Amino acid sequence: MGSPMRSGSRRRRTGVAVAALALCSSMLAACSGDDSGKATLNWYINPDGQETLNKLADDCSTDDYDIEIQLLPASATDQRTQLARRLAAEDSSTDLMSLDPVFVPEFANAGWLAPFEGDLADEVVDDDVLEGAADTVMWEDEVVAAPQWANTQVLWYRKSLAEAAGLDPEQPWTWDQVIEAAAENGGTVGVQANRYEAYVVWINAMIMGAGGQMLEDTEAGRDAKVTIDTEAGAEAARIIAKLADSPAAQADLTVSNEGTSLGQMFPEEGPGEFMVNWTFVYKNYEGQVDQFDDLGWARYPATVEGEESRPPIGGIDIGVGAYSENLEWAQQAAVCVTSPEAQSQLAVNEGLMPSRGSVYDSDELKEAYPADLLELFRNSIDGGGPRPKSAFYSQISSAVQSVWHSPDSVSEDTPGRSESFLNDVLDGKRLL
Amino acid sequence: MTSTVVAPDSKKDRRKTAQMSDRSKAEERLGQKLVLPAIALMLLVTAFPMLRAIYLSVFNYSLTAPDDREFVGAQNYITALTDPLFWETTLNTVFIMVVTVAVELVIGFIFAMVMHRVIFARGVIRTSILIPYGIITVVSGFAWQFAFSNSNGFVNEWLPFLDNSFNWFGEYGSAIAAIMVSEIWKTTPFMSLLLLAGLAQVSEDMLEAAKVDGATWWQRLWKVVLPNMRSAIMVAVLFRALDAYRIFDNIFVMTAGAQGTESVSFLTYRQVIEQFQLGIGSALSVLLFLSVLVIAGLIVKIFRVDLAAARQEG
Repeated sequence: MGSPMRSGSRRRRTGVAVAALALCSSMLAACSGDDSGKATLNWYINPDGQETLNKLADDCSTDDYDIEIQLLPASATDQRTQLARRLAAEDSSTDLMSLDPVFVPEFANAGWLAPFEGDLADEVVDDDVLEGAADTVMWEDEVVAAPQWANTQVLWYRKSLAEAAGLDPEQPWTWDQVIEAAAENGGTVGVQANRYEAYVVWINAMIMGAGGQMLEDTEAGRDAKVTIDTEAGAEAARIIAKLADSPAAQADLTVSNEGTSLGQMFPEEGPGEFMVNWTFVYKNYEGQVDQFDDLGWARYPATVEGEESRPPIGGIDIGVGAYSENLEWAQQAAVCVTSPEAQSQLAVNEGLMPSRGSVYDSDELKEAYPADLLELFRNSIDGGGPRPKSAFYSQISSAVQSVWHSPDSVSEDTPGRSESFLNDVLDGKRLL
Repeated sequence: MTSTVVAPDSKKDRRKTAQMSDRSKAEERLGQKLVLPAIALMLLVTAFPMLRAIYLSVFNYSLTAPDDREFVGAQNYITALTDPLFWETTLNTVFIMVVTVAVELVIGFIFAMVMHRVIFARGVIRTSILIPYGIITVVSGFAWQFAFSNSNGFVNEWLPFLDNSFNWFGEYGSAIAAIMVSEIWKTTPFMSLLLLAGLAQVSEDMLEAAKVDGATWWQRLWKVVLPNMRSAIMVAVLFRALDAYRIFDNIFVMTAGAQGTESVSFLTYRQVIEQFQLGIGSALSVLLFLSVLVIAGLIVKIFRVDLAAARQEG
């Protein structure tokens, strides 16, 4: 009986020693920044454009502080929960963070973001910042983050397919035209309709394109007015149902995401597709496919004829943690990593589009992208339709997803069901 | 402690106190003092979070709107208990629990027999049976997710009646099957370990006697082996059922709750961690805790086993 017990306790002791060693080394690492007498600012980034962001962190480090990059997980949900956990615990080492625009109101409402004030606010959001992007960083009349880059969706398509369908590239197209054109010519329409955030992006863009919005008075939090069961909501439901029933729907429609329809643009057989997707698509195909010249782009399809579409807005805003020990430096650094030069580097190297209008005129960008595409991106971001700005956005988004998914079950009573479900969720009467 | 072993019935505690000598009283007092620090620590690390959860569960409280926190009484519990989603996930969780524990019991018993009877390469065989249990559940979840994947998995390839493009995670039935396979693969060794302990207690004499009396192998199994290891089976089923009811990792990794494969733990996780709804999330975790208690009570009732008796034998 003696010997197994002893060996067990020896093993346990080794385990304790290993744990203690790990703890020590992590503490040493945390302290090492202080040894040089320079402060360290932690910048939590999402994995997009790491190379350039690392370079920006170096360039924006000064004699007072070093900016150190900390990588967040790839999924937006995980990024948000990791940051929220730190900030809810008043973590003083969260100095800078890259935020998806929809998280900004949530974080700002919780008091986790240090607002930019006075001259700094004017510098972060001046006239040069495109309206769609500037709108994402405002919360209760304060500038709570700095727009770093902006994303938007446009309609990517095969020129030959549009020509065969007789679509006039000079005129704005509607969803109906696009779906019919694809269906009649053996093509398909690529969208994002898996049960995830981008499906809400699509629904929101269509509702806004019809002149509506999902919620009114969103700053009222739980008391916001849900306005999905409207004519605009009905239009969105009609279009989703139409695509789901159409031969133009892709086989994986119900689980489609930004990546799934990329392969349908230049298939081995067939005329290709129309696809709404983010700006990265251009660089994704450039130099990769033989028929690249056949790739066309147009403004996001209109929901109703005659009314201008409201393309989705995405991108990244830089927030400064409210509990940061080096608040002033962190805000300085935020201004630096969102400067026109920084934005130009991100656009040229990583394909992440600027949130400042002037950067679109820079020579580097004009070299990297066709002029009409740059113009399209810029106009789309300027006229973009943001998702509801609410402290309860993640609940809103999940509630919408759970009623509208799957797309082939969407019918005329979807908007009504969605509205009452969302009302119940906001009132705390339903689980998500 | 030998006196407790001979005391057969449930009234033994009272009788024991009456018969206790001064020495055993002193020993018991010393024992109580010795466990006191451990109990204090337990209270600190387990009772505090539990009380905190109960406190939070009576508020409508979102982490992103801390100023809007309001007292709502039992509203969160009413919301949870009247919501069809809660019952769907509960039903799903019970389904997972029943199927996995039943399958694990059968396979685990076979493994235990193998480990018990094997005469050659004992160490190697026992170790290889136990390997899955040493693997982290998240890793096992990913491994099986890749195995069932229709782009790089081998399962579709191996099953002749399935198309190679079949998407296991595209519908409820197949997705829940994949989750259960991963769960069963990972925890069967634990079941067989517990059963092996029970098997080792069945006296060889009784088996010999049954053999002499002409009992077949099957009769010996059902009439001698199984009744004699009832308490070991009870412990195994109890431990595994409680674990299975709290299933989280495999679902999180393999489907993230899609296709209605959510468990109660996962639902709770989503309210608290993803939606930041501390109030309703805490209410759900209290309900989860209560249901675990109910299940434990039911299993003890069904097997009519005295836990104390089980402990002495094991």
